[in-house]
Amino acid sequence: MIIPHPYLGPRDACEFVYKGDAELVFRPERVEPVDYDAFHDYLYLRQNPAGIHKELWYHEYGDRSWLVVTRNTQTHEILKVEFASNYISKQKNRKSNV
Amino acid sequence: MFRLESRGLINREKRLNFSFNGKKLYGYDGDTLASALLANGNHLVGRSFKYHRPRGIFSSGSEEPSALVQVGLGANTEPNIRATTIQLFDDLVANSQNHFGPLEWDFMRVNDFLSPFLSAGFYYKTFMWPKSFWEKIYEPIIRKAAGLGRLSGEPDPSTYDKGFLHCDLLIIGAGPSGLQSALMAARSGAKVIVADEDFLLGGSLNGDHTQINNDTGVNWVKKTIEELMSFKNVRLMPKTTIYGAFDHGIFGALEIKTNLERVKSDKPRQVLWRIYAKQSVLCSGSSERSLLFGNNDRPGIMLSRSVRQYCNRWGIIPGKKISIYTNNDDGWITAKDLKEAGCNVVMVIDERSDIVVPIKNVDYRLGKKVMDTKGSLRISSLRLDDGTTVETDCLAVSGGFNPNVHLTCHERGRPQWQEKNHCFIPGKIPKGMEVVGAASGAFDLNNIFDETSLKMKKILSYLGYKHQGKIKLTAAQKPYNVAPFSKSLAKGKVWVDLQNDVTIKDIKIAVQEGFHSVELLKRYTTLGMATDQGKTSNVLGLSVLSLLKNEPIEKVGTTIYRPPFTPVPIGAFAGRSRGKHFKPVRLTPSHQWAEQRNAVFVETGNWLRAQWFPLEGELTWRESVDREVLQTRESVGICDVTTLGKIDIKGRDAGAFLNFVYANNFGKLAVGKVRYGLMLRDDGIAFDDGTTARFAEDHFVMTTTTTNAVTVFRHLEFCRQCLKPTWDVHLLSTTDHWAQFAIAGPNSRALLSEIIDSKSDISNASFPFMACGKVSIFNGIEARLFRISFSGELAYELALPRRYASSFMEHIFETGKKFNLIPYGTEALGVMRIEKGHAAGNELNGQTTANNLGLGKMVSKLNDCIGNTMSEREKIDGEGILKLVGFAPTNKMQTLVAGSHFIPKGKPAKLQNDEGWMSSVAFSPMLNKSIGLGFIKAGDQRYGEKVDSVNPLNKEVIEVEITSPHFFDPEGDRLRG
Repeated sequence: MIIPHPYLGPRDACEFVYKGDAELVFRPERVEPVDYDAFHDYLYLRQNPAGIHKELWYHEYGDRSWLVVTRNTQTHEILKVEFASNYISKQKNRKSNV
Repeated sequence: MFRLESRGLINREKRLNFSFNGKKLYGYDGDTLASALLANGNHLVGRSFKYHRPRGIFSSGSEEPSALVQVGLGANTEPNIRATTIQLFDDLVANSQNHFGPLEWDFMRVNDFLSPFLSAGFYYKTFMWPKSFWEKIYEPIIRKAAGLGRLSGEPDPSTYDKGFLHCDLLIIGAGPSGLQSALMAARSGAKVIVADEDFLLGGSLNGDHTQINNDTGVNWVKKTIEELMSFKNVRLMPKTTIYGAFDHGIFGALEIKTNLERVKSDKPRQVLWRIYAKQSVLCSGSSERSLLFGNNDRPGIMLSRSVRQYCNRWGIIPGKKISIYTNNDDGWITAKDLKEAGCNVVMVIDERSDIVVPIKNVDYRLGKKVMDTKGSLRISSLRLDDGTTVETDCLAVSGGFNPNVHLTCHERGRPQWQEKNHCFIPGKIPKGMEVVGAASGAFDLNNIFDETSLKMKKILSYLGYKHQGKIKLTAAQKPYNVAPFSKSLAKGKVWVDLQNDVTIKDIKIAVQEGFHSVELLKRYTTLGMATDQGKTSNVLGLSVLSLLKNEPIEKVGTTIYRPPFTPVPIGAFAGRSRGKHFKPVRLTPSHQWAEQRNAVFVETGNWLRAQWFPLEGELTWRESVDREVLQTRESVGICDVTTLGKIDIKGRDAGAFLNFVYANNFGKLAVGKVRYGLMLRDDGIAFDDGTTARFAEDHFVMTTTTTNAVTVFRHLEFCRQCLKPTWDVHLLSTTDHWAQFAIAGPNSRALLSEIIDSKSDISNASFPFMACGKVSIFNGIEARLFRISFSGELAYELALPRRYASSFMEHIFETGKKFNLIPYGTEALGVMRIEKGHAAGNELNGQTTANNLGLGKMVSKLNDCIGNTMSEREKIDGEGILKLVGFAPTNKMQTLVAGSHFIPKGKPAKLQNDEGWMSSVAFSPMLNKSIGLGFIKAGDQRYGEKVDSVNPLNKEVIEVEITSPHFFDPEGDRLRG
């Protein structure tokens, strides 16, 4: 596979390390009273769709950026690649606007 | 000789000698091994896989199922080489495979007479009992009897290489449509790669008498290649097979660089390329299929187009009495070319009755079928369904053509059935690929040229290039009409798959027994498996299955096509990554120094670390290790700990960040201090540990364990970028920049004071236990000093720029003479940490929590950090969980074994009585006995209790006493001194 890096252009997938569902960036925060169920869900319940999926890739043999890659798991088509930090701020803005 | 006077694309000036089964023969430059063998009248080249039937050369290309030979001698030997694809070279040595005794008198041919018993599933059903016989008796015998060539059993002496190529357009196949595409792309200026598995570009044109633009096909190929070679933007790659099409325009290619025997050259024999192409054009052509009739596997029975190619391209007379059996127009072209060449065509048999016979002066039968053949080592006659017997020594068979759709299917595309030409054509094509020519199911050259031109214009404009000038190609019209598959099953011993000896009967049995889905049929009968992957057999097998199931062939479907298209040697995949080059070796800064002192090294991850330093007269490793421990604890020792991961952490939020990633508190760590840190995973399992030093408000230096250096860094980057993206934190891995040495022992301070520049004060008062700071050595070189101790002694770790490491070692050993300074290795390091009860990799094994390790109290309850919340789960926090404690044998003479399990006294050694395991053991020279660390239920409340340490591997039971894990200096007076 080739992952188009936002700064570095098309890069071979072998330069990256895969982590999983991009939902992992939304870790619950520990505040009293502690919501153990939220941590359970965060740790153990992941999306694993056959189709379009947002996932985390780490450019370990490159610029060490964590990327959110929108990929079709059936066709391996890559629809979007963005820095995790950008993705997070956009998602948080969206959530706070709701 | 069976060679024509003048025909063919071989250089008759250049004779090449070769041997087959010890017989000295010769061929010409331009021959394949197969054409050279045929030129010598050699049709019989091997024995079949299962029945040991005599087998000959069946095709003239990479689809060859039968003519597999062993090429080369000794370590250079390579099995299962298709004689039809290997280019003949001088002194080539080839031998036939899979026979016992001479090829002509294979003793295993008895299998052929036993064939009624050896059909599909025979082994599964027969060698069931007794069960234990399978591995030791049945399987070795069956493996020996069945099979292909043999490996040398020696390391492959050849060099293989890997490479990467990038292009705008990859053209796969250099036949008529491939060359046309290449020409158009070349003239447009696009960066093009043209790959073809053959050593001669031109594809079918080299074996056919075609007219293109009033010139011969062969001349057109020559001119086209000459023009292509003049372009800088074109790379022609003959002898290069595109073996796989992968996602996003990545292709795997195997290039054959040198002949097998040229091993003395340091040039790679084969190169595995990874080609990145923006667009690709598949021009892979088609493969001919056979027809089904009794004993259709005898040597001398060949594919019709291959017979024609042997005659036209290599000037071979394939037989003295050639017959042709066809169900399509192409068979007649073979007849025509053979006659033109002066060969004796005894009969053309066409299954179709309603055709106009296109050639004159030939005996033919229309609407007839071949029923059976005779002949022992080669076909001698055939019998028609009307009873006619024809004497023949070469039967050219054509059952139609299968487009080579393989590369369109490597991304799970499925071919679809084309009723017109009775073949499977590409279905869903991978993105960025176009298919032209016979591979797309088009068989008329004029149509192919027109269609290729249209598609290429589209591709070039997509790539941003403009098609230049006019390329108008016209060829002599060649009709192609083919009869559908036979509506009745052929009778007798009818081979479907020549390579795996699969007959119609085997398919029948599989269907009867319920294995009638194509994928099951393949696995039960082995139809379409092995080195040829069913290139000549799959579609035939499907036609039989369709008859047996009474379903149309498109409903029967095909099996999934997977890479590689043709076999790729493992050596090519390995490339230069062999032996020590398989993974990089990392050397510590003191490696050379240690080597000169005869250190024994151990692999830890990619690192080589000194394990111990044997002195003259020391006979066992224990002697060396005991001495290193005793002398370090007595005076002073030094150990290279550079391999520990080192991460520089800077930024306004660095303190908060460490608080977050470590389970214990770091925010309040004073500048100039070091703290032990335990890192958890978010599920509460211990991940890594180490120390982190604070050099400034916004600057920390973290160490990780050697093995986790990479994963911890990755994890920290994740925490930084994904969990705390707004924090001001910066990470830098500095593992390789600092050489770090542990200097341990009661005299370590005295020694260090003589090493570091005088202005740095390291007295106990100003540089106490867990202090850190910058010091200078060698008159001004900045170094980092940490007063930390893994050994339990008064100890320091000194980090200095790596390039000074060897002078430092020389210097410190010169200075250290008066303190009896010794180097110690990882083994002594391990002994000392076990004596002190420190956890290491054996304890942080991915199953244990802070509580298990006895570090539960460290875990922060207040702030949010990775892993603390899930650490509070009942199951890992409750009563009776495993605790890390020490173990000592009650009988001092006994030696503990790591991995042993703990069973309460008096209970049988069963799983339900298992209370934990021993994780680390060592012989403690300080206590003069074997000691161990391990996990046992509620261990911290059971000090003094005796349990059995059971090692079921050698049925050993040792009584041990549960103790504190701190065996030596439990109060820690020594490290604070």
